Amino acid sequence: MTEFLTLDSVRFGYGPRVILHDVSMRFERGRVVALIGGSGSGKTTILRLIGGQLRPQAGRIVFDGSDVHALDRDALYRLRRRMGMLYQFGALFTDLTAFENVAFPLREHTDLPEEMIRDLVLMKLEAVGLRGAAQFGTSQLSGGMARRVALARAIALDPPLIMYDEPFAGLDPVALATVARLIRRLNDSLDCASIVVSHDIKDAFGIADYVYLLAQGRIAACGTPEEMRTSDDPNVRQFLEGHVDGPIAFHYQAKPLAADLGLPA
Amino acid sequence: MSRTLLPVAWLLDFVAATGRATRFFLRLCWLALASIRRMRLVVDQVHFIGNYSLSIILVSGLLIGFVLGLQGYYTLRRYGSEEALGLLVTLSLVRELGPVVTALLFAGRAGTSLTAEVGLMKAGEQIDAMEMMAVDPVARVLAPRFLAAVFAMPLLAALFSALGVLGGYLVGVAMIGVDPGAFWSQMQSGVDWLADVGNGVLKSIVFGFTVAFVALFVGYNAQPTPEGVARATTTTVVSASLAILGLDFILTALMFSST
Repeated sequence: MTEFLTLDSVRFGYGPRVILHDVSMRFERGRVVALIGGSGSGKTTILRLIGGQLRPQAGRIVFDGSDVHALDRDALYRLRRRMGMLYQFGALFTDLTAFENVAFPLREHTDLPEEMIRDLVLMKLEAVGLRGAAQFGTSQLSGGMARRVALARAIALDPPLIMYDEPFAGLDPVALATVARLIRRLNDSLDCASIVVSHDIKDAFGIADYVYLLAQGRIAACGTPEEMRTSDDPNVRQFLEGHVDGPIAFHYQAKPLAADLGLPA
Repeated sequence: MSRTLLPVAWLLDFVAATGRATRFFLRLCWLALASIRRMRLVVDQVHFIGNYSLSIILVSGLLIGFVLGLQGYYTLRRYGSEEALGLLVTLSLVRELGPVVTALLFAGRAGTSLTAEVGLMKAGEQIDAMEMMAVDPVARVLAPRFLAAVFAMPLLAALFSALGVLGGYLVGVAMIGVDPGAFWSQMQSGVDWLADVGNGVLKSIVFGFTVAFVALFVGYNAQPTPEGVARATTTTVVSASLAILGLDFILTALMFSST
C-alpha cells in the first residue's frame, strides 16, 4: 500500500518549549490510524501541522506528493480542499443551521445547482443520522449532535484525508458507538486515510488499524491495536492500564514542591 | 533584557504592529472590493450592522437636535439673531456632530458587536475550521462586514443629522416660537452642499473605514478566551473613539480651513 501522508522527523515548539521531537509517521488510504496519548502530548498539534495551520521547526510533511509547508497560500488552500477536519467541539458556524453548515463547503467550492446541494447535504446528514435535524440552529443541537453535524460537514467534499480531533469526548455511549462505527464506515466507503486523535483507548482501538502512542512529544510506541494490547513496553502498559507511576510523567516539570512552599528540603 | 534596550524593543514592537495593521487594512480593502461580487453577504451585513444601529442613532439625533435648538436659541438671542437657529443647528450637525457622534455611537453599538462576533468565532474554532475548509475567513467573514460598515456609516450619519435638524425645529420653532420661514430659509441659504454636506459625508465615510477596521482587526487578533474577547471589545470602543476624535480634528483642519 502506498504512503499517502508522511511526517518525516517533524519537530515543533513554541520558542524553547518543544512540543514534538522529531516525529515520523506514515498514513495510508483505506486505514484508520489512531493517535493516542495524554493531554499535552502533541496529538492535536500534529493535526494542525498536517493542515498547514502550524509550521514545523524542522522536518517535513508530505501529503499526496506535496510538501505541505513548501506550498504558497493558493496551493495550500487547494490541498486543504482534500482534507476534512472534525474539531473537538464541532466548530459549527453558529449563525447557520445544521443544513447550511453542511452546505457551506459545497457552496464555497463548487458551482453545483441548489437542488443537487440540497440532495448532497441531506445524504451527508442521513449518514450521521441527523437528516431530521437539518433545519435546527446550532443552539438547538446537543454536543453530540453538533459533533455529528460537523462530521457531515467534514465529509461534504468526500476528502481523501479525514482528521478527527477527539471525536469521542463527551459523547453518551450510544452516540459514541455510532460515531465510532461511522468513522470506520466512512473510511472504508471513501477509501480515505483517517487520523483519529483520542485518549479513549477502547473505542480508538476498536476502529483503528494502527496506533501511535505519543508521550511528551515523542512516539512512545506504535503498532496494531493487538500489538499494543500485548506489548510489554512500559509506556504502553502505563497508558493502557492508567498507572500514575511510570515513564509517562503525570506532573509537568517543576522544581521540588518543598522549594516552592519554602520548606527545608 | 537590559533596561537600556527596552525602548528599542518597544519601538521595534510598535513598528512591527503598525506594519501588521497596515497590511491587514490593505488586504481588507482589497478583499472588500472583491466581496462586491457576493453582494448578498454585504447586504445581510448592512442589514445587521445598519438596521440594528438605527434606533440608537435616530433617538440620539433627535435628542441632540433638541439640545442644539435650545442652546443655540439661548446664544443667538443675546445677539438678536434667533432666525439663524436653523443654520446653526444644521451646520453643527452636518459638519461635526452628525459624523462624529454617529461614529462614536456606531463604534459602541456595531463596532463592539463586530469585535465580539469575530472574537467568539475565533474562540469557537470557527475561523480555524473555515481555514481548514480552504475558505479565507478574511474574505468570507471580515470583508463583507467591512464593506457593510463603510456603506452604513454615511447613511446613519445622514439620518442622525436629519433627525437632529427636526429636533432643533421642534424646540426652536414649535416650542420657543422662532419664525419657521426664517429657520428654513437661513438654513437653505447658509449651507453649502459640497463644502458642508459633502465634507460631512466624506468624514462619515472615513469614520466608517476607521470603526470597521479597528473592530475587525481587534476581533481577529483577540485572544480566543472569554477574557480575551471581553478585552477586545473594550479596546475597540476606546481605540475607535480616540481614532475618530483625532481624525476629526485633522479632517476639520483640512476641510474647513478656508471657510
